[in-house]
Amino acid sequence: MRDFSYIAANTIPEAVALLDEKGENARILAGGTDLIVQVREARRDVNWIIDIKSIPEVNALDYNADTGLVLGAAVECYKIYADDAICKGYPGLIDATKIIGGTAIQGRAAVGGNLCNASPAADGIPPLIVLNATCVIAGPNGEREVPVEQFCTAPGQTVLKNGEMLVSIKIPAPESNSSSFYLRFIPRNEMDIAVVGAGASVVLDDTKQTIVSARIALAAVAPTPLFAEEASARLAGREISDAAIDEAAEAAKAIARPISDMRGTAEQRTHLVGVLTRRALNGAIQRVREAT
Amino acid sequence: MLENKDYKVIGTRPIRHDGVDKVTGRALYGADFQAAGLLHGRVLRSPHAHAKIISIDTSRAEALPGVKGVVTAKDLPDAGDKVADLGEGAVNLKHLCDNILASDKVLYKGHAVAAVAATNPHIAEEACTLIDVEYEVLSPVLEVRQAMEPDAPLLHEHLKTTSLGETADEPSNVASHIQHKLGDPEKGFAEADVIIEREFVTGTVHQGYIEPHNATAHYNADGQLTIWCSTQGAFTVREQVAEILQYPISKIKVVPMEIGGGFGGKISVYIKPVAAMLAKKTGKPVKVLMNRADVFEGTGPTPASFIRVKMGATKEGKLTAAQGYLAFEAGAYPGSPVGPGAMCIFAPYSIENVIIDGYDVVVNKPKTAPYRAPGAPNAAFGSETVLDEIAEHLGIDPLEIRLMNGAKEGDRRADGPVHPRIGFIETVEAAKAHPHYSAPNGKKHHGRGVASGYWFNIGLESSVTINVNADGTINLVEGSTDIGGTRASIAMQAAEVLGIPAESVNPSVVDTNSVGYTAVTGGSRTTYATGYAAYEAAQEVKRQMITRAAKLWEVDEANVQFADGEFSSINGKEEQISFRDLCARLGETGGPIVGSGTVNPGGAGGAYATHVVDVEVDEETGKVEILRYTAVQDAGKAIHPSYVEGQIQGGAVQGIGWALNEEYIYNAEGEMTNASFLDYRMPTCLDLPMIDAVIVEVPNPGHPYGVRGVGEVPIVPPMAAIANAIYDAIGVRMTELPMSPDRLLKALGKI
Repeated sequence: MRDFSYIAANTIPEAVALLDEKGENARILAGGTDLIVQVREARRDVNWIIDIKSIPEVNALDYNADTGLVLGAAVECYKIYADDAICKGYPGLIDATKIIGGTAIQGRAAVGGNLCNASPAADGIPPLIVLNATCVIAGPNGEREVPVEQFCTAPGQTVLKNGEMLVSIKIPAPESNSSSFYLRFIPRNEMDIAVVGAGASVVLDDTKQTIVSARIALAAVAPTPLFAEEASARLAGREISDAAIDEAAEAAKAIARPISDMRGTAEQRTHLVGVLTRRALNGAIQRVREAT
Repeated sequence: MLENKDYKVIGTRPIRHDGVDKVTGRALYGADFQAAGLLHGRVLRSPHAHAKIISIDTSRAEALPGVKGVVTAKDLPDAGDKVADLGEGAVNLKHLCDNILASDKVLYKGHAVAAVAATNPHIAEEACTLIDVEYEVLSPVLEVRQAMEPDAPLLHEHLKTTSLGETADEPSNVASHIQHKLGDPEKGFAEADVIIEREFVTGTVHQGYIEPHNATAHYNADGQLTIWCSTQGAFTVREQVAEILQYPISKIKVVPMEIGGGFGGKISVYIKPVAAMLAKKTGKPVKVLMNRADVFEGTGPTPASFIRVKMGATKEGKLTAAQGYLAFEAGAYPGSPVGPGAMCIFAPYSIENVIIDGYDVVVNKPKTAPYRAPGAPNAAFGSETVLDEIAEHLGIDPLEIRLMNGAKEGDRRADGPVHPRIGFIETVEAAKAHPHYSAPNGKKHHGRGVASGYWFNIGLESSVTINVNADGTINLVEGSTDIGGTRASIAMQAAEVLGIPAESVNPSVVDTNSVGYTAVTGGSRTTYATGYAAYEAAQEVKRQMITRAAKLWEVDEANVQFADGEFSSINGKEEQISFRDLCARLGETGGPIVGSGTVNPGGAGGAYATHVVDVEVDEETGKVEILRYTAVQDAGKAIHPSYVEGQIQGGAVQGIGWALNEEYIYNAEGEMTNASFLDYRMPTCLDLPMIDAVIVEVPNPGHPYGVRGVGEVPIVPPMAAIANAIYDAIGVRMTELPMSPDRLLKALGKI
């Protein structure tokens, strides 16, 4: 492993100034569960590691039933799933936080870090997309916001420019008769990377027989996690039926453009998009129906 | 004939002697080794699967501050074509040396090319990037059938096929062809009412031991070389290093540190000679550690294979003939375990007419190494699946057809040997009687499968010395590195002889200067052979103790008897003394007592296993869940049942991994794309049910307590058992390993 310098920033402006000054060879350290491995294995050339864990804004975890959730970029998975209100409001996000790594990793790894690492297979990103989440980004020219589905641009690449950092993720308050679900396919039962991941959120009418709106997102079938816009749109206003769900699943398959690699073949992944989209939608619908 | 009699120590479950150190983290492994002035070594490995080395320039690396020495194949003694006899077989010394550091060609990605010693591991790593190697890249050969094609690119210009004693004229990737024949196979197939012939493909799999290879070497000024390392056999390390470096064994001391798993993969040396070369060059102790990618890419996995099995039976279910064709990938250099595979393939059955052909074929992958019953799991995947299909075709219960055809004492194996007393039938009977086999199995997508397996086990040399302590305990000195609880199982055999508790034995695994020659911990031999040596050493102690008691009581030795830890005088004089009390009086009766035992026993009893497995298949995703697993095995006599069960469970679990997900995945350039535990998918505890280990005891007549080796055979049945269960669940016969979700989806016609 190459030598690098470590700096802890205490405020957002301090972190932004450091990022701006050090340029491309600076990386932000939150949980470090991706970064440390990448540096050790020489997969990232890093001269400066900027630790943001002591910045208050990135540790925010504020939930309000009217305004929604502000999830600081460095908040660890275990803190998210330990919060009952968040578990109730955003079960699809909770699904992901419980399967990112094992228990020990969940004690360090942050959903914000999962997003910034920009893996096509990230479990944390599809739930954020289906929950309509927005990224709050700080930079030398102030703050800006970007929808999560536009945040990743390529494997390991994001819209963050030199000097910019992710501060938090904002998730709108859950609507009534809504829920969400995330699942992935892995050949083992744990300790694996998604061959395909699928998240879904649904808003049902008061009879819980009709879908008011839905959002579907996919992982590991394209260079970035995908928002399945057309598949989602097809469900709006539809009565819940296998046919409607199958139609959405087929539409989701149509946007998958997977590769074959050591984790799965392209044909397998496309097939799994259909299977997992159905399971995610049915899972979300069932959660709405089971809610009291 | 040995009886299953009552023992005092044998068959009990004492806490293992090394347990406290291991669970408290105090046990010293190779990577823990420290010394003043220690340097750190790092190996540069080939990025190409197949290439000629045009030149190696180490000057930029040598100029890096902190670098103390660089070695390449030029620093190895010229090997010529000497054939050395090392450990488990004859090895071509040039091949052995080239696998340590490539001289003219690299034959797999990860092949060692050069090594650096520096003041810290980071400098050593950086120095490796400064070594300039010019390659002429060649086409890789990555699959056994492709390698056997006449126009396949050749790995070795001088390798010619040896077939049944004859050597071919033209070079080939086929190193050898062996054949075993029994009876008249043609006649046997003519007598069959049903003949099933199928082809099978198995992937390259790794032992996956938790602890990577490590070695620290130091040359004293007087030329004495010491190597501290993780190994399955300190003496085989000494022999291999002596051959590779052309250095006398008397000048090499190998100190085995604790070992974090081996499964056969820590018999061949890789970085041990490299550490020694760097130590010689720098005059300092040098420690070389592998990381996980080094282990996957630079050490021996077990081979991928292509297997064709044809079996015939009468409509009553009697097997009349069997034919096996086994083509094994040896990796970069000859020496796959196709031989053992050919010996084991039909060994559970008494079949009069058999023909087996085996081919050892080089490909551009790491040279294969032993892995738990090497060769037998590949072979059994084919034969046990075909037998299942025959049973299904004839409407006979799969365990019943095994009982009808099971090998017994006096039956001849196709490769020659006649079975002594064996316990195959007993394992099938126990499986049949187990509640698992009669439990309901009717749910949709659930299936049950069975399979059996055989492994012959080996004997080889072992030495044990016992020093008697004044407090009634003994220090037991042995040369078998303890992987699976053998300190305990060896100590218990000595304790049984001497009538003392297992806790009164202090076993030590020592270096090559401190104990008699002992062969590797491998071949399921350690509890058998080193235990046998401990038995002999304890008998020697007992004899000497009897002499002392006789002296003490002034009676004839013949009038002293020993039972239940008490010496007593018979025929007249009433005297009695415990083992412990007599130990306190050694000084006055003639001085210390040391007993030694050495063995090279020929009576390693073959081991059989029969497994029953229930699976559930998700037809939408192709994922297989193991619901229930029962593994029955003949242990001969289980010295420490917990560690026997541990071996059975461990073997079954590794077989489950091999069956479902484990494989080396290669791209077209011959690069392994999953060289990490993340993507080389071994099962975790979350993927497994409790493995119910059932011990059957049919004593081995070749051992004083009836011990059979237990470590290897449990990996033989799982792949076929699971394939048969998948068939029962979804009606699809899987013939390729691993039976991973994508392959199941293909077999189901979903993709």
